[in-house]
Parts: sequence; C-alpha cells; structure tokens
Amino acid sequence: MDFEYTADEQAFREEVRDFLATNLPPREERGKDFLANWLTNVREKGWVGFSWPKEFGGSDGGLVEQAILREEMAVAKAPPLGTSFMGLAWVGPGIIQYGTEDQKRRFIPDILDSKVIWCTGYSEPNHGSDLAAIQCKAVREGDHYVVNGQKIWTSGAPWSQWIILLVRTDFDVDVKHKGITCLLVPMDSPGVEVKPIENMAGDRHFAEVFFTDVKVPLENRLGDEGDGWKVTVSALANERSSIGEVTQMFGKLDTLKELVRTTTRQGRPASEDPKVRRTIAMFETKIAAMKYNGLRYLTKQIKGEPLSSETSVNKLHRASLEIEMDDFAVELTGQAGLLLSGSEEAVSGGSWAKSSLSWPNVVIGGGTPNIQRNIIAERILGQPKD
Amino acid sequence: MNFGFTEEQNMLRDQVARFMQEACPIPKVREIGASQTGFDAALWQQAAQLGWLSLIIPEENGGLGLRWIDLTVVLEETARGLCPLPIASQAMTAAAILRCGSDSQKSSWLPAMAAGEVVCTTALYDDPNWIHPDAVQLTATPVEGGVRLDGVKPFVPDALAADYLLLAYRGPDGLGLAALSRDQVTFTPQPQMDSTKPAGRVVMDAVTVGDEFLLPLSEADLDYLTDVGAVAVTAEMVGAAEAALNMTSEYAKERIQFGKPIGQYQGVKHRLADIYVDVESFKSLLYYAAWAVDEAPDELPRAISMAKGYASDAFARIGIDGIGLHGAIGFTAEYDIQLYLKRSKWARPMYGDSDYHLDRVATLGGL
Repeated sequence: MDFEYTADEQAFREEVRDFLATNLPPREERGKDFLANWLTNVREKGWVGFSWPKEFGGSDGGLVEQAILREEMAVAKAPPLGTSFMGLAWVGPGIIQYGTEDQKRRFIPDILDSKVIWCTGYSEPNHGSDLAAIQCKAVREGDHYVVNGQKIWTSGAPWSQWIILLVRTDFDVDVKHKGITCLLVPMDSPGVEVKPIENMAGDRHFAEVFFTDVKVPLENRLGDEGDGWKVTVSALANERSSIGEVTQMFGKLDTLKELVRTTTRQGRPASEDPKVRRTIAMFETKIAAMKYNGLRYLTKQIKGEPLSSETSVNKLHRASLEIEMDDFAVELTGQAGLLLSGSEEAVSGGSWAKSSLSWPNVVIGGGTPNIQRNIIAERILGQPKD
Repeated sequence: MNFGFTEEQNMLRDQVARFMQEACPIPKVREIGASQTGFDAALWQQAAQLGWLSLIIPEENGGLGLRWIDLTVVLEETARGLCPLPIASQAMTAAAILRCGSDSQKSSWLPAMAAGEVVCTTALYDDPNWIHPDAVQLTATPVEGGVRLDGVKPFVPDALAADYLLLAYRGPDGLGLAALSRDQVTFTPQPQMDSTKPAGRVVMDAVTVGDEFLLPLSEADLDYLTDVGAVAVTAEMVGAAEAALNMTSEYAKERIQFGKPIGQYQGVKHRLADIYVDVESFKSLLYYAAWAVDEAPDELPRAISMAKGYASDAFARIGIDGIGLHGAIGFTAEYDIQLYLKRSKWARPMYGDSDYHLDRVATLGGL
C-alpha cells in the first residue's frame, strides 16, 4: 500500500499544472476568445479523449494519468476539455469499440475537435429506468431505416447536432433486451422535432424529441442490428475514475464551510451548533470515503482485476451528497436561503437555492439511486432479480 | 499509487480466515464467551505461534517489525468470526510501550508479549463516554521511588485474562501509565452485552508502583493511543460488519415469503445494498487510517476520526437491521446474527463514538 506517484506520473502532474498556470487565467481576465483557445490548446496537448487509442486521435493515457488529469483540472476549476460531454464520455468510446472504419473517420475527429455536440436518446415517456423496454421503432427499407417514436428527458437536445439513439428493430423477441438497435442520427434530419421541457429550476436543458418517418441511412447504424443493448451497456460501462467529481465536491464543501462560518443560527454562530458541525463532518467523511473507494477500485483496475459494479457505491454517495449539501445550505440560511438571484438578501447570489432545485440532473440521469441499489444487491450480493 | 494489499498481506488474511474456520468457529466463540475469564489459553498460544501478537513489535524487541496495516488485516479477519482473543489489547499495550516506554522497558517487556508468554491490556479513560485528558481520573500519589495508586479503573478490557495491566493515571505532574501485574490488583467481572468482549473493573488498594514500572504520558501520547485504539476497533468493525452483511444477505436468498425469496423484494435488497455501501466506505477510510499510523502520522487524527465517525453509527444500524431482516429467528439466542448486533453495540463507544469523532473532523476541517 502506498500513495506515492512514480517520477513519470509526478512529471505529468507538473506538466498539467504548468499548462494550467499559463492557459487558465483568472475568470475576470478571460477574453471572448478564451474558450476557443482553451479547446484548441487542450486538444493539442492530446488531453481530449486522453484514454482513447492514439490511432483514433487519443493519447493512450494510462489509468493513473487519467486520474491525475481529472484531478488537476477539477482543482483548477478548469472548463471541460471539449464541448460535447456525452460525445467524449460514451459516444466516442462506443464508436471506437463498435463502429465501422468509415464511422470512426466521420465522427471521432469532430468530437475531439469540439465541432459537434451529441445528445443521448435513451429514455422514453413510459420507459426511463426500464430502459430495455423501449418502443421507438425503426423499420428497414432498402438502404435506410425509417424511425417513428418519441424520446424524452433528452439532456442537451436543444443544442445538439447529433443524437445516439436506441430504437427497437424487432418487436417479436422473447427477452426485451433483444431487438434493440443503436443509430447515429443528425438532429436536423427531416421529421426530428425538439420540444424543450422547463425543469423546476427554470432551465430548459432537456427536451422531448419526436421522430416522424425519419430516414436514417444503414451506414449510421452503430454495431449490428439487434446489438443495441450490448453497445449501450458497454459504452456506459466506460467507467471513469471518480477523482474529478470528488475534487469538485471537496471544493463545494469548502464553500459550504465558508457559509457556515458566516451564518448565525438562533442568534449563535452556526459553526458552534453540534448538529451543523456533525452534518458538515459527515459530508466531508463521505466525500473522503468516495476518494478512497475510488483509489481502491483504481488499484484493482491497475492490477488488471475486473471491476464488478463497485462504482455504484460512489454513485449512491454522490447522489445523496448532491441533494443533501444544497438542501443543508438552504435550511441553514432560513428564509434568505429561499431567495433566487435578484435581491440583496439572497444567499451567495441565490446559487444554493438554484442548485437545490437542480440535483436531478446528476441524481436521476444515468440511473436512479434505486437502480444503483438493484445493481449492487443483484450483481455484487447475488440477490434474485426483481 | 497502490491502495491494495501485498501478496504477503493477502496470505496473512487467508491464514487468519483459515484459523477462524478451523480452530475458532462460532460454537467455540460462544463456549469461550460463556467461560469465567472469556479467554482460551490454547488458542492464544496458537495465535502467538502464528506471529499475530508480534506484528507491530520491532525485530530488536522480538517482534516481526511490521505495521499497523498488517495488524489491521489480522483484526479484521479475527473479528469476522468474533474471535474473543485479546489480540487488540495486546497490540494496544505494545503500542503504548513503544510510544512511551524507555529502552529498558521495551527490551524487558516486549519480547514476552511478542511470544504470547504474557497477556497484557491497557486502559486509558475512566469516564464511560468522554475522550479527554480529564477523563483519566485514577489518581496517583508520589512516594519514595514511585507512586501509590489508590482507586478504581472501571473499564478495563480483557481484565480477567490479563497477566499485566497498563493503566493511565493522573499524578501531580500530569498523566502517566503504570504497569501492574495481576496480583497487585483485584478484579470485579462485569457482565457484558457482548460476551466476546470481556471487561472488568480493577481496584487498587494502596498499590505502590516503582519508577521502573511507570511511563510518562503526554496529552499527545494520549491522543495517539486513542487514535490507534480506534484503528484497532474500527478494523474489527469492518470484519464483523461484513460478516453480518453476508449472513443477512445469504438468509435473504433462502428465506421464502409470499412465494419468493425475500431478497427479491426491494424493501430487503435495497437495505442490503445500502449496508454494502456503508461497509465499503468505512473500510476504505479505515485502510487509509491504518496506513497513516506508520506512513503519514500527521494525517492519522483526521483519517481515523472519519473512519470511526462513519463506522460507529453505521455498524450499530447494521446490527439492528441484521436482526430485523432475519425477522423473529434473528431474535433467538441460537442464531448467530444477534452476536453481531451485540458486537456493534460494543464497538460504538470504544475510543470515541460518532459524535466525538465527527466533531473532531469538523474542528480539524476548520470549523
């Protein structure tokens, strides 16, 4: 057991820090070209798609280097390494694993160069957690599919150019996981209609997406017909180290502690209240547990041992912390905590109030906590399936 | 970067697990718990021969010169089967002597401890729920060539099995540790909720202890000993909690109600998943704390307070839910899950409960 980094790993960390010192000016000094330059520069460093094979424009980055890169970026509160979160997180890896040579050539460079934003068409009105039961239909006609149906809760749909879409190509199957196919569809295809949905925080991030007789050429199918479930599951299983999230959460905890230091509760400093102290300490303890869980799982991966579904452990911690930390800040500050931005009484410009209404972005997207509990109980503890 | 165990540590873990299955299965644990002293000399000798009593003792004092992370492996695995041997008490005493003792005390006492020729225990605090120097209340009066102890140590783990006791006292010049042999004191056994963790009250009636049996104890030393004590207890909590989870999880697969195994119901399987999350998490925190004892001592206070702060309440809840998920059968004396409930209650206050440790995490974190 040791927490030392090798000389090469240390050197890599220094390289990232040096880069950030030069390329990440303080927020108030950033000009209008900042983001474009940032994206170009991180791309030149090979840090976009860092873990992807070199032949597809990645850097073959090792597990520890990936964790270092994420950690340093999070410490510096740097912008993302590309504009398409989903493109980098699973569309790209899915195409590298299952795509044809032509698909790799067409799609991968645009993801790496932040030229195209991808969204993900999985959930449907009646099929969210029960994803494999999807009904959105694709019928093969000659050299293309014709897609009819609806997706919902599609994050980023209003500003995405492409969608990775799960459709049903076969309704006559004994198991619902069969008969599903994965298609790559331009959002400007005739027959695609996007209706943004306003969420409870007042944002319009996600949308309903309707497909009416949308023609999708066969060469836009990812993987074989009927293999959509496999493609999706293995792309989503492209589990990333949680170190970046942990660093972000430690940063948020620091902000919360600062709020506690400057807040009174029943006329006394909140920092002296045993319940407040204990709550903050438990947040810190759980974030630290995520960190050390993550390092244990990273060690397993480095040793080449397969990970089971252990990453669901940190997902559950993150879900409860995302909800509880914001909620705690709102409760702590009483009536002022309820105020959104726009008044001098609002706490931290209303940012806690706003984020206390935004947690479903993280908590529900990618599998609800109860789905994570099913995964742990069934795959790790061996309980019978529902 | 390697947050895992070495090949040797994995072999040690397997060795302890085998010992527990073969030499100290639960029926044996129950038998020892029901005995007068709660101790088994034959098993103790086996543990000594396997080297488990000498792990953290340096080679020059007859030990193996290993680390707390190695000791953690042994404590985790022995506690999985609720082993009643006072391995943790022996280690705590060794830790106190190594930290506070003179060279001659180390060389004259540690080899016999490493070999298991003597059983030792240590008691620090006299208030039942207060981790603070003022909670060391046994007083000592200076006399020619030593001190005189008059009073009581009310909470002494493994008191009845111990040949020697290291007891914290308060003298006019501060705190100290006094090494006493069993024939200098009188014992009163205390019926315990958890019979696998025997303890007793120790009474000293004008006992004179010579200077050569006294060790200085600074407040920093007291903090350190409390922290490593918490590492030992939390290591035992990890093993015991994991066993309670496995036992309950296996039961949920077999117990049929309404025509299905109860583990198929989300009310059951989700609670099992939450228990898994908790055990994994305080295990990771504990491993880091155990590593920090020897490799990053500055980080020990915060690391162990996180681990024990998390584990104390979580394990207590696991003990209760282990019974609840078993239903009425879990309430019977015959079923083993109840032994784990009792162990979880034992572990909660030892070397600080959640309130103590989490408040300390808040302080160390700048609040």
